[in-house]
Amino acid sequence: MKNSVEVKNISFSYGKTEILNDLSLDIKEGEFMVLLGPSGCGKTTLLNCIAGLLDLTDGQIWIEDDNVTWKEPKDRYIGMVFQSYALYPSMTVEKNLSFGLRMMGTAKDLINEKIKKAANLLQINELLKRKPSQLSGGQRQRVAIGRALVRDAKVFLFDEPLSNLDAKLRAELRYEIKKLHRDLSNTMIYVTHDQIEAMTLADRISVMKDGLIQQLDTPKQIYNKPANLFVAGFIGSPSMNFLNAKFEKSNQNIIVGNKQIDISKYENINNVINDQEVVFGIRPENINIEKNENSIHCKVELVEPMGADTLVWTSVEGNPISIRLEGSSNFNLNDEINISFDINKSSIFDSKSEERI
Amino acid sequence: MSTIPKGPRPKHLTIGRIGLYCFIIMCALFFLMPLYVMIITSLKDMDEIRAANILNLPKELSFYAWPKAWSQACTGFVCEGLKPGFVNSVKITVPSVIVSVALSALNGYALAFWRFRGAYFFFGLCMFGAFIPYQVMVYPLLKIEDFLGIYSSLPGIILVHTIFGMPILTLIFRNFYASLPIDLFKAARIDGGNFIKIFFYVIIPMSTPITIVAVILQVTGIWNDFLLGLVFAGRDNQPMTVQLNNIVQVDYGVAEYNVDMSATILTSLVPLFVYFISGRWFVRGIAAGAIKG
Amino acid sequence: MPFYRNIAAKIALLPMIVISLTVFVGCIIYSFVYSLTNSKLVPVMNYVGFDQYERLFKQRKWDVAVENIFIYGFVFTIGCLIIGFLLAVLIDQKIRGESLFRTIFLYPYAMSFVVTGLVWKWVLNPTFGLENSMHMWGMTWFELDWLVNRDLAIYAVCIAAVWQGAGFVMVLMLAGLRGIDEDIWKSLSIEGVAKWKSYIFVILPMLRPMVVTAIVLIAAGVVKVYDLILALTSGGPGYATTTPAMYVMENFFSRANLGQAFAASIIMFISVVCILAPWAFYEFYLRNKYANN
Repeated sequence: MKNSVEVKNISFSYGKTEILNDLSLDIKEGEFMVLLGPSGCGKTTLLNCIAGLLDLTDGQIWIEDDNVTWKEPKDRYIGMVFQSYALYPSMTVEKNLSFGLRMMGTAKDLINEKIKKAANLLQINELLKRKPSQLSGGQRQRVAIGRALVRDAKVFLFDEPLSNLDAKLRAELRYEIKKLHRDLSNTMIYVTHDQIEAMTLADRISVMKDGLIQQLDTPKQIYNKPANLFVAGFIGSPSMNFLNAKFEKSNQNIIVGNKQIDISKYENINNVINDQEVVFGIRPENINIEKNENSIHCKVELVEPMGADTLVWTSVEGNPISIRLEGSSNFNLNDEINISFDINKSSIFDSKSEERI
Repeated sequence: MSTIPKGPRPKHLTIGRIGLYCFIIMCALFFLMPLYVMIITSLKDMDEIRAANILNLPKELSFYAWPKAWSQACTGFVCEGLKPGFVNSVKITVPSVIVSVALSALNGYALAFWRFRGAYFFFGLCMFGAFIPYQVMVYPLLKIEDFLGIYSSLPGIILVHTIFGMPILTLIFRNFYASLPIDLFKAARIDGGNFIKIFFYVIIPMSTPITIVAVILQVTGIWNDFLLGLVFAGRDNQPMTVQLNNIVQVDYGVAEYNVDMSATILTSLVPLFVYFISGRWFVRGIAAGAIKG
Repeated sequence: MPFYRNIAAKIALLPMIVISLTVFVGCIIYSFVYSLTNSKLVPVMNYVGFDQYERLFKQRKWDVAVENIFIYGFVFTIGCLIIGFLLAVLIDQKIRGESLFRTIFLYPYAMSFVVTGLVWKWVLNPTFGLENSMHMWGMTWFELDWLVNRDLAIYAVCIAAVWQGAGFVMVLMLAGLRGIDEDIWKSLSIEGVAKWKSYIFVILPMLRPMVVTAIVLIAAGVVKVYDLILALTSGGPGYATTTPAMYVMENFFSRANLGQAFAASIIMFISVVCILAPWAFYEFYLRNKYANN
């Protein structure tokens, strides 16, 4: 499949502060790409560079086989949705939707037709005559999405569009955006720091930190096979449990303090070197409470019932460990338990490089 | 058993509270006294002014001074009162306010949204200009205007007011625009607006409050100006403040204090009117001009 | 980056850039260059080194002007700050008629310096003014002859200026007081700190940025003082209330002694820079730190 957006070795800096350095990214046609990372990782900067709202210090940006590096934002076939909605406060919803088309000098009939179509799609027909100040947050964001829709953009850019909404609305609009992508199948680039949005929406996620892409892959791969410690810790809530350990090749064990864990079932066990310092990572749901020859004995230190499931906190050799169990499970403080790890679902990282082995 | 308080909490007018009111009323009287004196003096005739207490209300209202101050009082050998000064002040203030506010709004917009290298250096330079004493600039500026052929003319004084109003106005517009969500500007750019279109369609419709503040600041500032009008306006365009000073500071003849006070009131009517109708906008203007953002 | 990026913004800022360079920077250079000449009626390039400055510092009149500006600056600044802060605190006590009092305290600020000067000239008139009133009320010991007293005339100027400017400081301070988090007051009252102590030891330090802004703005205005004194005392009695600004204007426009005027204006400029530089550095430094966060 051909590429819709190509980011070629771009750099960007504010004065002396370098935000992006030699970053490249290809986004396929019709793909839903999520840029995910903590604040300050450069994801919004990258999006603004793609939109042409910031001037690159180096590199090129291509959209639909067209070098747009120095083109005005309006000439890039893009539509953009902002966190703060960015609706023009002095215009009605209708005028907001049509502003871009009016700026281009589109014929009135065509404008009306397009507005009607977008309004139907987003169920904002009743709001057309209102001012933004008379709308709720969810309605505003619908209008903002509508404004991007009417432009017939080839690429949609979303800059944390749901961050200002409450949890319920967020879920609702997330669903809408997913449906929109299903129906329109445009290329979409979506910036967020919310991993649930990223996991649910993305075809591919690019996890960013310090202006660098840490991992670029499908949500599943990123969740199950995080490329490094940062990605492993950033994705998943509660986050992955980590144990510092040393590998013993002879019996294929890792040693955590006084405890030994058999990791012979780990997929890349052959790549681990004898005596290598590693970080053993296991997700809360991949820990079972059962007694077997490989299990570890410990005590329940805290129980967090969350409805659908229950989190049980314990510790292994001083490292806090969270275990995700069914909501119906019943544990009390100081219960003695035996836990075992699903080794084939675990991740092992090199302590120094922090890369997955 | 404890007693349960019933009804609203009893109100105490404590001694401190009374003292507070006494003090603030005294302050208010002090601040009002000159205005009071100004008004009653303008309503007395000269005999009463000479004979009676300056703080006493007039025994008989005399309206003789007002028309005289307006149209007959003498400055030197010309006895046309303040009227020409009023007309001149209007002729100076209206275009000066329009030009300076429009230019500064454009500056503030360009600075807040269209950042480019060096823009802020010049803005800093411009702000520095706000603090340079006029006395350092009047003579060279006079030479520049002379060179341009507009010294001692309406365009000359309008240009000067535009120049000296620019730093503070640009600052308040820039601060206002910088406080708008930048996303709005980004959205407008994606929607295809260019520099001018975004300014007219998106930014200006949102600028009403800050424009009111700027206009108030400029109207009072330019109306009250004395020095620049004196130097740059030329003999035929002298603003009201200059004429007022000329009328009051006559070296010969009998001083007519009631006429002087009428003239003084007349001169401050415009800014006072602006002040009283604009109320908290005026306050906002002061705060916006003073507090750097 | 292609040069045509943001070209419209660059063009829009051109007037500001040109004005900053020619007027604000150009005029200072011009004044400085000609302050090194012995120009009289017209500027001539006749280099005499720092002669004009030497002569300036030998002038008795200049000494008086400098002394006056220090007295005026000190009394006016302190007076405005204390009275302004006090009024702001009083108004902040949830008093009745708050907006009325605020209007009363601020209205003088809407008046021009010329009007302020003329009103106070009348109020302080030694024959018909307040002194006369007091005598009529039987307080014959009361003396208020400041306007004709060489040593006290400058304080009359200060009173008029404080009357005009205190409301400005009040507005700034009140904005600051209103910006203080309610929770701070709650915790102070729970800890049982007396109100006046809270104001002095907790609230005032929190208002420091506003106090600094107020001081800088007032101080920059002090150096410029001209119209007020012209209207109130015309620099008299004798030249007892003359100021550097008046000295400059006199040498420019009535004494035809341009070289002196340029030299004096440059000294004025340098003193403003001395007031401004530490503050600008502080602001600039702080803002840089802020931007990096």
